[in-house]
Amino acid sequence: MPKSRPSPLWFLLLLPYLGLLIVGLYNRAAPDLFGFPFFYWYQLAWVPITSVLIYLVYRSLPDDE
Amino acid sequence: MTSELDYPAIAVFVFFFLLVTVMGFVAAKWRRPATLAHIDEWGLGGRQFGTWITWFLVGGDFYTAYTVIAVPALVYGVGAYGFFALPYTIIVYPFVFAVMPLLWRRAKDGAHVTAADIVHDQYQSRGLELAVALTGMIATMPYIALQLIGMAAVIKALGLTGEIPLVLAFLVLALYTYSSGLRAPALIAFVKDIMIYIVVLVAVAFIPLKLGGYGAIFSAADEAFKAKGSGGILLAPSQYIPYATLAFGSALAAFMYPHTLTGIFASKSAQTIRKNAMLLPAYTLLLGLIALLGYMGYAAHIKVTSNNDVVPMLFKTLFPGWFAGFAFAAIGIGALVPAAVMSIGAANLFTRNVWKAYVDPNISHAGEAKVAKITSIAVKVGALLVILFLPTQFALDLQLLGGLWILQTFPAVVFGLFTNWFRAPALLAGWASGLAVGTYFSWMDGLKPLHTLVFGDTKITLYVGLLALVLNIVVTLAVNALLAQRKPVISTAE
Repeated sequence: MPKSRPSPLWFLLLLPYLGLLIVGLYNRAAPDLFGFPFFYWYQLAWVPITSVLIYLVYRSLPDDE
Repeated sequence: MTSELDYPAIAVFVFFFLLVTVMGFVAAKWRRPATLAHIDEWGLGGRQFGTWITWFLVGGDFYTAYTVIAVPALVYGVGAYGFFALPYTIIVYPFVFAVMPLLWRRAKDGAHVTAADIVHDQYQSRGLELAVALTGMIATMPYIALQLIGMAAVIKALGLTGEIPLVLAFLVLALYTYSSGLRAPALIAFVKDIMIYIVVLVAVAFIPLKLGGYGAIFSAADEAFKAKGSGGILLAPSQYIPYATLAFGSALAAFMYPHTLTGIFASKSAQTIRKNAMLLPAYTLLLGLIALLGYMGYAAHIKVTSNNDVVPMLFKTLFPGWFAGFAFAAIGIGALVPAAVMSIGAANLFTRNVWKAYVDPNISHAGEAKVAKITSIAVKVGALLVILFLPTQFALDLQLLGGLWILQTFPAVVFGLFTNWFRAPALLAGWASGLAVGTYFSWMDGLKPLHTLVFGDTKITLYVGLLALVLNIVVTLAVNALLAQRKPVISTAE
């Protein structure tokens, strides 16, 4: 299989690192959601977001099975 | 904690325990191979696990029983800081997605069983192979011991005293792992994970109803931390870097452990692993909710002597005996899956990279399987003895150091997937310096995960494992650059 250039979509996978490792971004109580302070629901929200980002890259890859 | 026997809870617990014991032995016949006397079959389940089996297996293996006990215990003890397990188990997946399919491909193409096999194949260095293998084995031992601590916590909550129940549970585990290999935890993981999902979904739906909603739970925790004068439901600014570096360092270390890699190598294909990187975060959501059980402990006004009792106590206080028993069974069985995979991972390393490399190079496939089976028992007995005869703190300290050590194998295992520039002596020098300096710092700090660097007036406190990894990489690059200058082409290997 010829190697093609990696898709620029791979950069999407850096977003969870930026969003979660810059702690000052989200260490706050407000706004809260369903009683959860921002600190908690913001980090929980990154779980589905990360799955979707990985899916976007996954879709761009050739099936090598 | 009360030591009264809780009969409905014990009955439910024993029922599920017997169920998985039968499954553990029957697993040898599941997707039956021509022979189990081959390390690919015993130690990797035949390298044929598809998306769902891998999801249950890696999920059951990575999010361990100890996690269910220890993460809420840490959150109960210190608040927001204990939540670092959440970003950790999110950012690990982009890494798994990008790197693990490449590692799987190497293992598949070379018929490798362990990370140390792959390292040996790439660098042709017995020294580097042994470094990776020994680090993996030593880091895994305390991890198995921790699973026993998790199991001991639920056995205690059932009102059972003495060490006999724990010894019995582990004996059963050792026997079916011996006979069925990786198929046993893979099959049991289905039951365990479904039970854990039920327990957590019920807990996060019903406990807030009883305690006045999530808002009330967070307020109760906030007040308790203020009264205590330490911790809090938000981080102090001084905790930002520790929080981020612990999450990042742990994420890089997570898939260097033999048990997580065993799950990877047992997958059917690279696509299986990619799909799992997408689907495994479901467990992270669960972990985030489990962590909040720590705060629910404050809202429920439970009293505990040890933070590890928060989760068992919460279930005993808020739920009827039979459901508490179901929850404890989920946690107890939750200890069996990772303990089995960990002992298999360590046994594979010993067999391939110590026994085959140094004792019997011409060993047959059947011989390999036999050595691995016996080693898996030895590893578990070792962990049991540690828990029975040494203070619990010993296992916890060793687990902390184990994380630091396993992280030092990262350059040797991962760099070679992307470049052929690195040479074994450089990687070995980096590994040794990261290990030595990291252990020294940690030791001087009283076996704490955080180390404070002082540059004049500036102080930076960060995860010592990550600090050691940075040093490791710097040394590797420097030594490699020197070697590359002197010997531009030829490999320096044996």
